[in-house]
Amino acid sequence: MIMTTYETVIGLEVHVELATKTKIFCGCSTQFGGEPNTHTCPVCTGMPGSLPVLNRQVLEYAVAVGLATNCDITRYCKFDRKNYFYPDNPQNYQISQLYLPICRNGHVDIETKDGTKPVRIHEIHMEEDAGKLIHDEYDDCSYVDFNRSGVPLIEIVSEPDMRNADEVIAYLEKLKMTIQYLGASDCKLQEGSMRADVNLSVRPVGQKEFGTRTEMKNLNSFKAIRRAIEGETERQIDIIESGEKVIQETRRWDDNAGDSYAMRSKEDAQDYRYFPDPDLVPISITDDFISSIKEKEPEFRDEKKARYTSEYSLPEYDADIITGSKRMADVFEQTVKCGADPKKVSNYLMGETMRILKEKELDPQDITFSSEALAKLIKLQESKSINGTVAKEVFEVLFFEDIDPEEYVKEKGLMTVNDEGALKAVVEEVIANNPQSVNDYKSGKEKAIGFLVGQTMKAMKGKADPASVNAMLKELLK
Amino acid sequence: MSILDLTALELSAAIKEKKYTVTDAVKAVLDRIKECEEDFNCYVTVDEEGALSKALSVQKGIDDGTLTGPLAGVPVAVKDNMCTEGLLTTCSSKILYNFVPTFSSEAVLALEKAGAVIIGKTNMDEFAMGSTTETSFFGPTKNPRNPEHVPGGSSGGSASAVAANECFFALGSDTGGSIRQPASYCGVVGMKPTYGRVSRYGLIAYGSSLDQIGPLCKDVADCAAVMEAICTYDPKDSTSVSRDDNDFTSALKDDVQGLKIGIPRDYFKEGLDDEVREAVLKAVDVLKSKGAIVEEFDLSLVDYAIPTYYTIAAAEASSNLERFDGIKYGYRTEEYNGLHNMYKKTRSEGFGDEVKRRIMLGSFVLSSGYYDAYYLKALKVKALIKKAFDEAFSKYDVIVGPVAPTTAPLLGKSLSDPIAMYLSDIYTISVNLAGLPGMSVPCGTGKEGLPIGIQFIADCFKEKNIIRAAYAYECASGNYHKSVTCGKDGE
Repeated sequence: MIMTTYETVIGLEVHVELATKTKIFCGCSTQFGGEPNTHTCPVCTGMPGSLPVLNRQVLEYAVAVGLATNCDITRYCKFDRKNYFYPDNPQNYQISQLYLPICRNGHVDIETKDGTKPVRIHEIHMEEDAGKLIHDEYDDCSYVDFNRSGVPLIEIVSEPDMRNADEVIAYLEKLKMTIQYLGASDCKLQEGSMRADVNLSVRPVGQKEFGTRTEMKNLNSFKAIRRAIEGETERQIDIIESGEKVIQETRRWDDNAGDSYAMRSKEDAQDYRYFPDPDLVPISITDDFISSIKEKEPEFRDEKKARYTSEYSLPEYDADIITGSKRMADVFEQTVKCGADPKKVSNYLMGETMRILKEKELDPQDITFSSEALAKLIKLQESKSINGTVAKEVFEVLFFEDIDPEEYVKEKGLMTVNDEGALKAVVEEVIANNPQSVNDYKSGKEKAIGFLVGQTMKAMKGKADPASVNAMLKELLK
Repeated sequence: MSILDLTALELSAAIKEKKYTVTDAVKAVLDRIKECEEDFNCYVTVDEEGALSKALSVQKGIDDGTLTGPLAGVPVAVKDNMCTEGLLTTCSSKILYNFVPTFSSEAVLALEKAGAVIIGKTNMDEFAMGSTTETSFFGPTKNPRNPEHVPGGSSGGSASAVAANECFFALGSDTGGSIRQPASYCGVVGMKPTYGRVSRYGLIAYGSSLDQIGPLCKDVADCAAVMEAICTYDPKDSTSVSRDDNDFTSALKDDVQGLKIGIPRDYFKEGLDDEVREAVLKAVDVLKSKGAIVEEFDLSLVDYAIPTYYTIAAAEASSNLERFDGIKYGYRTEEYNGLHNMYKKTRSEGFGDEVKRRIMLGSFVLSSGYYDAYYLKALKVKALIKKAFDEAFSKYDVIVGPVAPTTAPLLGKSLSDPIAMYLSDIYTISVNLAGLPGMSVPCGTGKEGLPIGIQFIADCFKEKNIIRAAYAYECASGNYHKSVTCGKDGE
């Protein structure tokens, strides 16, 4: 029996919440987490008589993302209404773009195990987000919060150019990085400021035509995306192998169950009756507008990485990790600008910072500590005013609280004791109290000195330089 | 002579001369409303308390010299599709029977700033869909010139209120003739400004690309003054246009020497009543005798205007009216089973037949598979119609024709044949499709004492050409506003 091998074909629809201060068609704040319906006005609650006016910053961000992803910018673009009834959609139409989206025909290059591969972008369009429904099981009713209604989004639609989960993740990482570097969004999957819907089909290797695709929603992490792609590939192959047909439908991924279920099929797909929104005038984009956006274009990751290795002599490994987040790279550069040694800054970011982020399940975007503080801390350590252990402790405080490391160290009495006499007295006492270890050391067990250093540090309440303690012990035990 | 017989400009002058107080004017109008409403039903809401208290503050403003404009102290009626903060705004629909807006429309704010006093909200065809004011949930308005007849629509309440002296002027909105046609039927002056002149912010949309707010007045001079007050650039309306030629009263000159007037032959063909044709052509002769150069021409595409208009307006309406869903405000059905049943019942019960007809038509022309054939094609025809007018305006300063094929029909005769009703919009809707300004001015009376209107049309932003021609005609014809009888004075 000949086994058919299958190829997976994947295209993505990625929604990105733009980092504007105000909403796309009104002046309300986009800030996340306000009391329900406090960031609202007649426009974003769909009151009769209200009219939308485009926020120019949305257009700038959309064009910036389009240029960074090698798209053609549509010089005459329009907004369209997508009509559908749902209570979180206050006008019962969403203002989006169908006929003339702002960006078209782009691509980004991703690194795969077979080398660099372009993933084509079909289009990027601007649209408004919907509100949020809150279901009250107890009261058996639903409430609607319009704070999110009118928050600006761009939707990036790729061509079906990806073939496995690795490529999808690489594509998403690339988009995320590009958009974060542009400052157009923080792109947090968990918080929903970046959302990806996966369109997936399978076909026997060698077949030209695409298979029937499904669209997977509710993917809140790279891990979930990977699992969903693997699960859906398997599900579709099973269907085909058993002689059935894949149904074109939208499915919802349940990451806890590791499974998906059908939401709606093509048959009950709605007719959105798209048409140009008569309340918004068409947008003409000039050369000047485009060049002004190009001028503002930041240094992207690849250029930054190259500069870090040449300008700061960072190992490539360090440069890769630090530039993996725009926020991290910013912190790095600012700290170096404050006079700290680049490699030492890098060590703090890759070591302690990454550890705390991981422990607290935070994103590099969440880093709030000041670069000045980190630079001061590094200098304190360099001048041996504090030792490495104390420095780590101080960093942990500095990470969460706005402290001046110099004052903090003084206040808490964490300065290393540099008084030779005082140290010597303590070391001598430790030697006197630990004859067994002393004997062990003298009989050649080098490791025993570690215990004696530890005892000394303990007696000094950590305020000594372990290297100096070590040297003094060796000297006295000669 | 009663205070009510004054025009808006005369009233405000008389108040400044201390012949009357603002309260005198407001009380006179309120008394008149009490007298006449039973006969005419011009208003959905009369804000007696608000108007009386506003009268005092406006009087204070006039006395201390802060309110000096020509509309200060003048009572105005506002069509019930313009939002008024804290005052019921229904669009004459059951679905908004209880809706009180949290903000006022820009045009209303502009009038308030000018010191006009809002008396109440006028009746209309439901959501401005109709040509007779008979589709109102609150019952039809009657034509004060002859209450057996309709006042026209959709701004029928506003036109009737002006004709019946139940206000000194009114605001209406015009999507396909909704200011000009009732003005013609009721014998008042009504103007639809160029699209973009008046902010649509706060106007509850019917056909967004066609809707425009405008004045209904006792004469041309009042109309020019109101235009000056309401034509402002508004950054809240993306389609609002910033202009520096809003000095409309400067065109109030009794001089049409050399003014080039085009008469579209297509507007005088079959379907036009003889008495209307005669009255309009007689008015044209008056202008000719005053030195205007009159010429006939062929304006193409006239027959395509109606299907184009009903395609575009209905498409936009089907989307604009989606927000009335029973969730956030307005009417919600009493009993329902789940969300979709609630939507369905609320909208089935909340909208009237004409609104439902247009929502269905609009949804159809936007449906996948029909969009290109209907909606897109209509947009193309719209562009061609604009081009035909562009060509005409390369030759003429003003185009003159009838407003409607007949005088006001009898009550109860129109709604049974919607197509015939739609066809009666033939002379007015092209103006909306092309975004042009147009005005209806009384030019005579037909059988049963029903008024006839003449329509002046100009190129975009050339309202002054219209005002100049209309004012000169008005001066020559002496067709000034005459009051009507009602209630007690009719007995």
